[in-house]
Amino acid sequence: MKQLHLPLSAEETQRLRAGDGVLLSGVIYTARDCAHRRLFELLDAGKDLPVDLKTTYLYYAGPCPAPAGKACGSCGPTTSARMNAFAPRLLDLGLPGMIGKGEMSEETRQALVRNKRVYFAAIGGAGAQYAQAIKRADLVAFPDLLSEAIYRMEVEDFPAVVAIDSAGNSVYDR
Amino acid sequence: MSKEKLCIFRNLFYNIRMRTLDTSVISDCVYRLAGKAGITLTPACLAALERAKKSETGAAHFALDTLLRNAGTAQENHMPACQDTGMAVVLLELGQDVHLTGMPLADAVNDGVRRAYADGYFRKSICDPLTRVNTGDNTPAHLHTEIVPGERVNVTFLPKGFGSENMSRLYMLTPSEGRAGIVNAIVETVRLAGSRPCPPVYVGVGIGGAFDSCAFLAKKALTRDVGTRNARTDVASIEEEALEKINALGIGAQGFGGRVTALGVACEIAPTHIAGLPVAVNIQCHCIRCEKESL
Repeated sequence: MKQLHLPLSAEETQRLRAGDGVLLSGVIYTARDCAHRRLFELLDAGKDLPVDLKTTYLYYAGPCPAPAGKACGSCGPTTSARMNAFAPRLLDLGLPGMIGKGEMSEETRQALVRNKRVYFAAIGGAGAQYAQAIKRADLVAFPDLLSEAIYRMEVEDFPAVVAIDSAGNSVYDR
Repeated sequence: MSKEKLCIFRNLFYNIRMRTLDTSVISDCVYRLAGKAGITLTPACLAALERAKKSETGAAHFALDTLLRNAGTAQENHMPACQDTGMAVVLLELGQDVHLTGMPLADAVNDGVRRAYADGYFRKSICDPLTRVNTGDNTPAHLHTEIVPGERVNVTFLPKGFGSENMSRLYMLTPSEGRAGIVNAIVETVRLAGSRPCPPVYVGVGIGGAFDSCAFLAKKALTRDVGTRNARTDVASIEEEALEKINALGIGAQGFGGRVTALGVACEIAPTHIAGLPVAVNIQCHCIRCEKESL
């Protein structure tokens, strides 16, 4: 398992190959269906976003509430394919990468290649395991969305697999 | 003896042996089952994941190993195994000799769900389909009630995640498509789902009935222990053939490629119309959670 510290340099990103096992440390932001829709409404209206896209690794996830003494509740990835409608535009605006689970569309793959970015797959269903890797979680935007709000998370040794690399190779190609 | 007198005798007889049950007992049962199901994989699921791990290498092995460790972490920390603690599917087999008292049954079930999801720090995932506004307490539960003989109440709690639910399909086949058509429908559903529903999956299949009841059969099939076979040998052979063909797809754990794409296929069957052959395929992810209790 390769230890990686986010944000990755361009060289580090381009060295990653589909199928590599990695342990991510650094800052990630959760966003799933509803949060993406809100971000797009703000973009379309020409308004400021609550996060700086150029430094934001998005984690497609909606956590369980945090029990007492824990930074975060159970928090594994959700199905990335639902975010295909949003990912290419965000990548073109400078998004450095995403973490989710499962294959993504050809359009997303092309956007990753075009922008030399990677898409990481976390292990779906391992929510309790991921909760241990999340050291801090702060609500950043859209509190009315509850678990679908945007949370800033500090993670340590967050296990993932490079799912689609910056050359467009995919771990899901069969 | 006159008909009326017979009726009186019959009613008297049934009233005497009728069991009275306050719905708060059902509410507490739902609370217990939901609380356990949120954090616990079924023993049959754990055994199937262990077997799958032994037959895989590389990324799929890593995924299965992570999932098995996750199951332990969930227990130790009393924390949901998966953050998608699901739509609360509650199957109630209600004995016809039970007289329910207290709050309305649906309210009692929802009350159990509400308390379990709050106390367990489970995610509340139920929202209005149009406004997407969350109900905030994971209610309403998806309650199926079946009236059965006897005076027991059997409660089954299935927290159903939607990454897998989204990949489910309903086929209205023609009778001539027959057994081969059924197997194709099952395998095609899993193939089209690919890596998205968190494989290795558990596949619940309804065969027969009508548009709606067929889908319910598929959901009900998922309450069977993974690995069990239908008692009808012709149905069991569909389960076996479909499982073999699914595992030949090579999708593997998390879609990383491998031999185990499904942990099991469970089919339930019901009579249908002479003109049709409905087949419903309900996908369950590898996080199989299902708790049962008989009251």
